Amino acid sequence: MKKLLNTLYVTSQGSYLSKDGECIVVRFESGEKKRFPVHILDGVVCFGNVLCSPFLLGHCADRGLSVSFLTERGRYLAAVHGPQSGNILLRREQYRKADDLQASAMIARSIIAGKVTNSRTVLKRCIRDYPDRIDQDRVKAAVSILDGCAHRLRSNVTLDEARGLEGLAANTYFGVFDQLILRKDESFFFNGRVRRPPLDNVNCLLSFVYTLLTHDIRSALEASGLDPQAGFLHRDRSGRPGLALDMMEEFRSFMADRLVLSLINRGEVVEKGFMVKESGAVFMNDETRKTVLSAWQKRKSTEVIHPFIKERIPLGLAFHVQAKLMNRYLRGELDGYPPFFWK
Amino acid sequence: MDEADVLPLSALQHFLYCPRQCALIHIEGVWTENRFTAEGRVLHNRVDSGCSGKRGDTVEDRSVPVRSNELGLYGVADVLEMKAGPEGKRIPYPVEYKRGSPKIEDWDRAQLCAQAMCLEEMLSLEIPEGAIFYGKPRRREKVVFDNDLRDLVKVKCLEMRSMVKSGLTPPAQYGKKCKNCSLTGQCMPTATRKGKVEPYILKGLED
Repeated sequence: MKKLLNTLYVTSQGSYLSKDGECIVVRFESGEKKRFPVHILDGVVCFGNVLCSPFLLGHCADRGLSVSFLTERGRYLAAVHGPQSGNILLRREQYRKADDLQASAMIARSIIAGKVTNSRTVLKRCIRDYPDRIDQDRVKAAVSILDGCAHRLRSNVTLDEARGLEGLAANTYFGVFDQLILRKDESFFFNGRVRRPPLDNVNCLLSFVYTLLTHDIRSALEASGLDPQAGFLHRDRSGRPGLALDMMEEFRSFMADRLVLSLINRGEVVEKGFMVKESGAVFMNDETRKTVLSAWQKRKSTEVIHPFIKERIPLGLAFHVQAKLMNRYLRGELDGYPPFFWK
Repeated sequence: MDEADVLPLSALQHFLYCPRQCALIHIEGVWTENRFTAEGRVLHNRVDSGCSGKRGDTVEDRSVPVRSNELGLYGVADVLEMKAGPEGKRIPYPVEYKRGSPKIEDWDRAQLCAQAMCLEEMLSLEIPEGAIFYGKPRRREKVVFDNDLRDLVKVKCLEMRSMVKSGLTPPAQYGKKCKNCSLTGQCMPTATRKGKVEPYILKGLED
């Protein structure tokens, strides 16, 4: 199995990355230097004004590391990859399946099955762990709607039905998401998902963690030779990583949302870690961003037993395993795409 | 033979070891290093860096490119010792370097034999034998290129070629050798069994 390597996140503004032998050297404006051997890394993510030497970019491309550039606030700008890798036969099969609405519906059904059950597990855990601190009736009602979605998914569905169930599941889950915020503090509340720009602290955190999740899933798909743009549930739209968004549906609730919830509930993020612009748009400051990044890395190193391949893996590798399973399904070696069920 | 259909010698060895491994590498473009492949790479770097020279009656050449149109193979012979033969002719004696120890199976011997068959075609002469140097016992093992070995090479080349042409990766046969294979993570030999996914999804959808 592939090793779970680290991602180097560079958030210090004005830093410069260069290559020295097998190492990445980061020079900070203060003059301080840090070195990271390339072989322990599987990617570099640069936030804002971070420069990279062309030789470092070439070296990373050669070693299969992608270097992504995001704005200081985490909006994706560009990435540098090595030569197109993998297998044209696989990619063609992916396009064929994406063109075939019935095949797409089958894959979409698997993915939504993952999303529905994983969201349900998040809610059920909350009922189990904090029965006195939440409005149990509301959360239980949401669980039973998700049960209904799960029941519908026991038989085949069309692509439109799958999409309908996805919407219902998302609305139901986000409808009670505020209940999962246990810290009753005026600065952390959830009134529904707001993006571009986020208008409250919780949405600001969610958007940022979703960006990290997209980056990681996209890399995993590319590493296994798939085209991250050609999705099954998310249909083609120029510039949108459809397949990465598809696969994210399985992971959002327990990888991203629960991370945000625990940062809030444990008081690891605080009100003064966020800034509000005149328009009402909310941004996090450097310190909060660092807190989220290190929590994300820690979350990825948590070990689980993969429910389908039955191997103990760090959660961060689950993206790679799912990409491989998708690969194997498209190549005709599995009779379906087995989603990641989080237990 | 179409130039695109000519395969590397190493593919034949992969094919003999496990057809699926060969397909993963040569059809699907997958490669992962593990300790064994890394050690092999280091060993070969050392062999490759050595220069050609003369030792007694034998002229030695290293990293010699070889090719056969008949077999549709190309590759590099680690070491070619040109030994004195009858009538002042020199007979090539190919030596292949392997980490690890001699194997009962024919993988390494067949690869060396294929190398020799390439050389025979290029030089229009016969090569009766060669040797494999194994890193574990640090010893040479002589390999005689008899008809059985030559037939094995021909048959396996044909089988491999039709597999690669079909673009279809054969199913995994889970076994002892999977443990040492650097591609298990890509191959997932225990997970890729048919008929497993639907029950898995139905179970996942339960409470």
